[in-house]
Amino acid sequence: MLAWTIYLSFAGALACLLTPRANPRATRAMAFSTALAGLVCGLIGAVEFKPENGLEVITNVRWIPALGIDFSLAADGISVTLVLLTGIAAVAGVLFSWNIEHRTNEFFAFFFALIGGVYGVFLSLDLFLLFVFYEIAIVPKYFLIAIWGSTRRDYAAMKLALYSFIGSGMVLIGMLAAYAVSGLASFDLQTLAQHSFAPEFQRWAFPLVFVGFAILAGMWPFHTWAPTGHSAAPTAASMLLAGVVMKLGAYGCLRVAMTLFPEGLKMWQHELAALAVTGIVYGALVALVQKDFKFVIGYSSVSHMGFVLLGLVTLNEIGWSGAVLQMFSHGVIAGLLFGVVGRMVYDRAHTRELDALEGMGLARKMPFAAVTFVIAGFASMGMPGFSGFIAELQVLIGAWQAFPRLAIIAGVGIVIGVVYTLKTTAKVFFPDNAIAVESLDDHEHDHPLEPISVQERLGAALLILCTVLIGLHPRLLLDLIVPSFKSPLFDGLRKVAGL
Amino acid sequence: MNTADYLTLLSALAPEVIVVLTALLVLAVDLLGLQDTPRSYRMSIAAGLTTLGCAGAVGWMFINPTVGNWHGGMLVIDPLNETVKAVILLLTVLTAMLSVDCKFTRHIGEYFALLLLATVGMMLLASTEELLMIFASLELVSLSLYILVAFDKSSRQSAEAAMKYFLFGGMSAAFLLFGFSLLYGLTGTTYVPRMAHKLFSLGPDPLATVALVMVVIGFGFKVAAVPFHLWAPDAYQGAPLPSAAFIASGSKVASFYVFAKVLLLGFSQLGWGDSNNAVSGWIPLLSVIAAISMVLGNLAAIRQTSVRRLLAYSAVAHAGYMLVGFLALGGDAFASMLFYVTTYALTTVGAFGVLGVVESQVGGDQLKDFAGLARRAPVLSACLMVFLLSLAGIPPLAGFFGKFYLFAAALTNDASSLPFLWLIVLGIAMSCVSLYYYLQVLKQVFVVEADANARPIAVPFLVHAVVVLLAAAVILLGCVPGWLLDTIHAAVTEQGW
Repeated sequence: MLAWTIYLSFAGALACLLTPRANPRATRAMAFSTALAGLVCGLIGAVEFKPENGLEVITNVRWIPALGIDFSLAADGISVTLVLLTGIAAVAGVLFSWNIEHRTNEFFAFFFALIGGVYGVFLSLDLFLLFVFYEIAIVPKYFLIAIWGSTRRDYAAMKLALYSFIGSGMVLIGMLAAYAVSGLASFDLQTLAQHSFAPEFQRWAFPLVFVGFAILAGMWPFHTWAPTGHSAAPTAASMLLAGVVMKLGAYGCLRVAMTLFPEGLKMWQHELAALAVTGIVYGALVALVQKDFKFVIGYSSVSHMGFVLLGLVTLNEIGWSGAVLQMFSHGVIAGLLFGVVGRMVYDRAHTRELDALEGMGLARKMPFAAVTFVIAGFASMGMPGFSGFIAELQVLIGAWQAFPRLAIIAGVGIVIGVVYTLKTTAKVFFPDNAIAVESLDDHEHDHPLEPISVQERLGAALLILCTVLIGLHPRLLLDLIVPSFKSPLFDGLRKVAGL
Repeated sequence: MNTADYLTLLSALAPEVIVVLTALLVLAVDLLGLQDTPRSYRMSIAAGLTTLGCAGAVGWMFINPTVGNWHGGMLVIDPLNETVKAVILLLTVLTAMLSVDCKFTRHIGEYFALLLLATVGMMLLASTEELLMIFASLELVSLSLYILVAFDKSSRQSAEAAMKYFLFGGMSAAFLLFGFSLLYGLTGTTYVPRMAHKLFSLGPDPLATVALVMVVIGFGFKVAAVPFHLWAPDAYQGAPLPSAAFIASGSKVASFYVFAKVLLLGFSQLGWGDSNNAVSGWIPLLSVIAAISMVLGNLAAIRQTSVRRLLAYSAVAHAGYMLVGFLALGGDAFASMLFYVTTYALTTVGAFGVLGVVESQVGGDQLKDFAGLARRAPVLSACLMVFLLSLAGIPPLAGFFGKFYLFAAALTNDASSLPFLWLIVLGIAMSCVSLYYYLQVLKQVFVVEADANARPIAVPFLVHAVVVLLAAAVILLGCVPGWLLDTIHAAVTEQGW
């Protein structure tokens, strides 16, 4: 069932492309049904999935026998979690891009090509296949930003494309070297994970592959594509970029770099943790001084993804499961934040400058947006009751066991997170000097702001529901995630971690 | 070695004979019968005959698979040669089809006859392992191509390009011949495998190194590797479009095949050279050429505003990638190089097909002429996206798998020390650069909006068909590379490499 998410998304991309250009309604209907079908497939797959089995192989067909490449898909609890996240982000993304009128069919074609690639990465068991899906996602990102984007879209789109491609190039070098050195003539992740590579090889191959993937996860100092990319992208693309594409990177770190080269992780653990914590604090500090609403969220993404990376390198299970939970949690929350900023605020107010928004008194003009943003902000700060709390707490506990000093600094990052979130919320929605209500209308177009649409409400409700549900009942996902680390794929990693 | 009577020889050479007869037929029909008929009619007849002739040659090879070695390697026929020849014939047919709607000449019979003669040269080049024969066929190819480049008599650029191509080509032929003569002097034979044997028994010899360098210069020119690439941008830009496409595809395939054969068969013992006697082999030499080709080709392509020149510099860069395939001695590497050059040739012909439509309908090959093409010719634009992304190496397209296989072969060759890792790192870094300039073209096509008064482009049916077919082939070869790969692989393995 899970594999259908991939096929349906690519088929949906084609179907959207073939809908008539003049009829955006048909395209939207097609897009929404595709996204929903993907989510439903993911949900059914998740219900059918038995976490205690570890890794469940879905398909395994010989593909290119000359190189030992198989078309093999498999899922463990981590994949299932991220597939669900992708499904949710896709549905919300379609709902939040209901107002795309320009080249609608192409927009959704690129959108679903990206989604299909993402599903594919999360479900691949063959390294080659994973890489193919990983690179398939690059080109749609470029066009989504370059065609439908806003501020400096050319620059941002190219930067994102090149960063992704450079990252995947590093991964490619590492994976080819691993293929050659292992001499197993196989790209199967399980086979490769069971091969113990020489420590000397792991010393350079691990950082190459890890950083290659982590570029896309927004690891400091390779994060600079993220704020520019997020801000320039159209709303749905920002939601996907922050919501799932950054997770691709983190997932690759976990699934490929760490399982293949566990000893390499041990060698570089402290350096990487330091980078992750730097990202947490740096992202938060920079978010504090941004003038553009989307840049605030963009840098906050860098900060929150720092927790994912920190959790991954802790080398203990609570850190890992916290990292995976944080991937899910941040995916949902970032989607919500970008939905409010990009769709609800920017598409109506036509500005993202915090100073300009301050004068508009948006809370009274758009109460729904304000309430949604406050909820999202709370979730993002890590308030108990939302998914972010439990995820970041787990990461911090894991980090405390591995590197206590860094854990304290990461904790400081959370506090700064509270500051910028509250500051931004207050400035945009509840300013002290809100002007009289009559002048609050859309200045440029001289008509009242259009009301928040049903689709936006639905999308926001879906995302809020997810973060609250996981916040109150984290075991829904943790029961999926934790047993995954028992599968043979993680044998080497557990051994190095001493578990 | 065995000699053969004329009848055997004729049947072994039947594909080439068929193509030569077709060339004469095209010439005769056009000159004698069709001078007063409209140009489109003459074009169609000539292209049709060309296609039939090439199809006949492929059909013959398919029906009568021959294996043999005659006159001391002058004529060698085996499955690998036949595969390469089939690819060359396919590329000729595609070039002929792209020519149909071109308006650059009134000498239609001559044009197609030269195209076919160049093809014959390439086929002979693929089916010989003897130095003299290699040189003679190479000259046949080159002379035909010089004229094909100059064929647009109304264009100064075309003449200039041909002149440049000719001067560089003549020079490189001299180098090649000098190298060959040294080899003959050293070994007393012109048969490549025996030459290898003699070179080995001679031991390291500085003269052999000189010969080697000469040969590399001569072939380096043919495959447009840095620093012998200077003719390429001008020839690509000035030549009539189908000629440029043919130089970029058919000529590339044949030259790379024979270059690899001479080096891998003839100098197999000289690979790493002998450091004790200060004799260096061709592997370090070619590594450097490959590296600077990748770097210079890709970096120069960034600055181009003409798409033809951009493709020319990207061709230089791709030559660098293909040279990586030489270095990892062995069957896998050879197969990967052939896969790469074949898919590259198909992709390039496709890109030139789109380029031709834009040139004839919009009036230029500058980047800005591509603005808004997605709106004006959606199918063509989608195909262009496939071609360029394949050249950049994005999966699941053929170009990606070609690179992947090439790099994998180069690394698995000596997995303990990974001698070519630096080249592969460089190659992958440079393909990031290449993505930048290919995206610049695609940005014009898909992102920039067309002028308000731009109308949909009328694409000639034949070009449309060729381009769509090629795009489908590029996607299929990327998704299911096994089709081509297994054929090449089986043929290479049969050679015992």
